Amino acid sequence: MKKTLISTALATSLLACSVLATLSISTAQAADYKVDVEGAHAFVQFKIKHLGYSWLLGRFNSFDGGFSYDDKAPNKAKINIEIDTSSLDSNHAERDKHLKGKDFLNVSSFPKATFFSNSIKFSDNENAIVTGEFTLKGVTKTISFPVVKIGEGQDPWGGYRSGFSGTTSLKLADYDISYNLGPASTHVEMALHIEGVRI
Amino acid sequence: MLKNTGNSYGLIAIVLHWLMAITVFSLFGLGLYMVELTYYDAWYKGSLDLHKNIGMTLLVALMLRILWRAVNITPKNADKSATKVEVKIAHYAHLALYVLMATLMISGYLISTADGRAIDVFGLLSIPALPISFVNQEDIAGNIHEILAWTIILLSAGHALAAFKHHFVNKNTTLLRMIKVIPDN
Repeated sequence: MKKTLISTALATSLLACSVLATLSISTAQAADYKVDVEGAHAFVQFKIKHLGYSWLLGRFNSFDGGFSYDDKAPNKAKINIEIDTSSLDSNHAERDKHLKGKDFLNVSSFPKATFFSNSIKFSDNENAIVTGEFTLKGVTKTISFPVVKIGEGQDPWGGYRSGFSGTTSLKLADYDISYNLGPASTHVEMALHIEGVRI
Repeated sequence: MLKNTGNSYGLIAIVLHWLMAITVFSLFGLGLYMVELTYYDAWYKGSLDLHKNIGMTLLVALMLRILWRAVNITPKNADKSATKVEVKIAHYAHLALYVLMATLMISGYLISTADGRAIDVFGLLSIPALPISFVNQEDIAGNIHEILAWTIILLSAGHALAAFKHHFVNKNTTLLRMIKVIPDN
């Protein structure tokens, strides 16, 4: 009986040690993050001029992705994002229906928009240029845009997070969207604000 | 005169029938036309507003029509030589038209109210959105709306052809009594 107890205790502590060891190794090396879509600390937004008189804003509510980032080797960073195009939300159902329809994104034929980086070059601790392949409405283009690191560190709940923002301007006609919205509305500004949780 | 009799439709049923028939075809045309308008067409916004206004009015008219049908007697079959199967087909086609029209207008309502916005009817009435909605409601309701619109147009064309057949081939009063009130005697 006593023997069993001792061996159980021994086994438990061994297990605990190995779990701790694994954890510390993972915190030391891991640079992989999952975009915090669950907690909605990530946003894919767009804005486009309305008639040249104002900005119209909208967002994609459903997307997923991940990135790698290690501040000791920032230029090894990577990111990939997959956007569910049917989750477009401009706070007006009739407009959303039109934007998701054949005149614009044709989401029934092209349900996903994707981006994955080929290179990320930091010019200082915070600013980088991301270059990668962006696919929208079945058209893939190599785009480059600036991103800013907002911050990183422990969160209050035992996790580790870091976040970035990036914006780019897309010409609608490049992605097979030729509907005439007027001369002031040929480009859409895309903004990605993401927070990742280290995995 | 106003109410149906055993042999004839009354004026109210006749007027409701034709007003709705004209409105359904007009809305179908307007619908096909307005989705082709581009952003800089002067009627881009107005056409949709009109479509919604008339559509919601039509829903009210449909409810009145069904109510009127329920509280009235239905005239006897005008075609005495019709087989049981023909009578059944006609009956179910009429029933289908009512159900499809109701579903069509409800699907239209679900497009415009998917974001919680109400539908304003000629500035007189504001029809609120349902407290619940489903994912991609505007797209799903939109697809249903389009399919039902075509179905109703095809079915009502068949309905019209059947009426012509009764008039010109069978030479009975089926069509006539939807045009004028036939006095009882």
